[in-house]
Amino acid sequence: MAQLRLPRRAPRPLPMQILKQNPANPSGFMALSARLLPLATTAACVLIAIGLIMSFTAPPDYQQGHTAKIMFVHVPTAWLSMFIYLLVAFSSFGLLVFRHPLADVSAKAAARIGAIFTLLALVTGSLWGKPMWGAYWVWDPRLTSVLILFFLYLGLIALRSSIEEESLAAKLTALLSLVGIVILPVIKFSVDWNSLHQPASVMRLGAPTIHAALLWPLLVMAAGMTVLFAAFQLKAMRNEVLRRRIKALRTLEAEALAEPVEQAAE
Amino acid sequence: MDLGQHASFVWAAYGVVACVLALFALWLVLDGRRQQRLLDDLEARGVRRRSHAAPSGNEG
Repeated sequence: MAQLRLPRRAPRPLPMQILKQNPANPSGFMALSARLLPLATTAACVLIAIGLIMSFTAPPDYQQGHTAKIMFVHVPTAWLSMFIYLLVAFSSFGLLVFRHPLADVSAKAAARIGAIFTLLALVTGSLWGKPMWGAYWVWDPRLTSVLILFFLYLGLIALRSSIEEESLAAKLTALLSLVGIVILPVIKFSVDWNSLHQPASVMRLGAPTIHAALLWPLLVMAAGMTVLFAAFQLKAMRNEVLRRRIKALRTLEAEALAEPVEQAAE
Repeated sequence: MDLGQHASFVWAAYGVVACVLALFALWLVLDGRRQQRLLDDLEARGVRRRSHAAPSGNEG
């Protein structure tokens, strides 16, 4: 009588081409990101600390007084909300066209972080709007288009989690994110469409229309937040690579357990 | 620090950003630890990736 014998070691691992050793694959990424992550975290903390000191020692705006300090957190989060969407779309392109093994890991990690920064842009904007415009929210083209961007991020997260098969979920999410890129020019140009929101004052043709005393804290905070995002993205991608390894190993383990049962049944 | 008549809005904006980013950073660290622990458990049970597998003697 055949006995059920459990192998101590997985006898025949699945072919996993994506784990072969070469640069820009998950193993190479894990080695590189382990070195980059402490650097990015430290740089982000230092830049944000300097940015905060500069923000709180900056002179008041001649019209808005100290309330203009909200700009130093609002504008970097708003810039990042759009920049991160570009990264999601770029990663999705990398997945669909080049089938880069890390592209989907990057798109998945960035979508979640993008949703957080977009939410922060909306909340800080709202806290700025109440004292300056008299309302937390108005259905203005800029505000509405950023709200749509937030829903788009939530849509990407929801679509991915609603499909169990990971590669199908990745492809469909990538498609949606490429379609959703139309929101970016809408946000960029919405300030010209009868909007209450002020137009661009830093990233515009010609010189910034903002005084250097307020521009420098803004730029340092923007740099700090961007490096912080880079640290978040690296860490979130590392976690996702680990999560996928665990899933692959569990499949291996399940197959190793199932094999002797099949032999016993013969 | 006197931030004028709308100081509460300024503090609220900075506070929300600091709290949300700090909580997310904490979640990332805890999630990373959890994934690493799960992976270590699996490897301790002898399940290994091919690139890390010891030469297998019990095949066939």
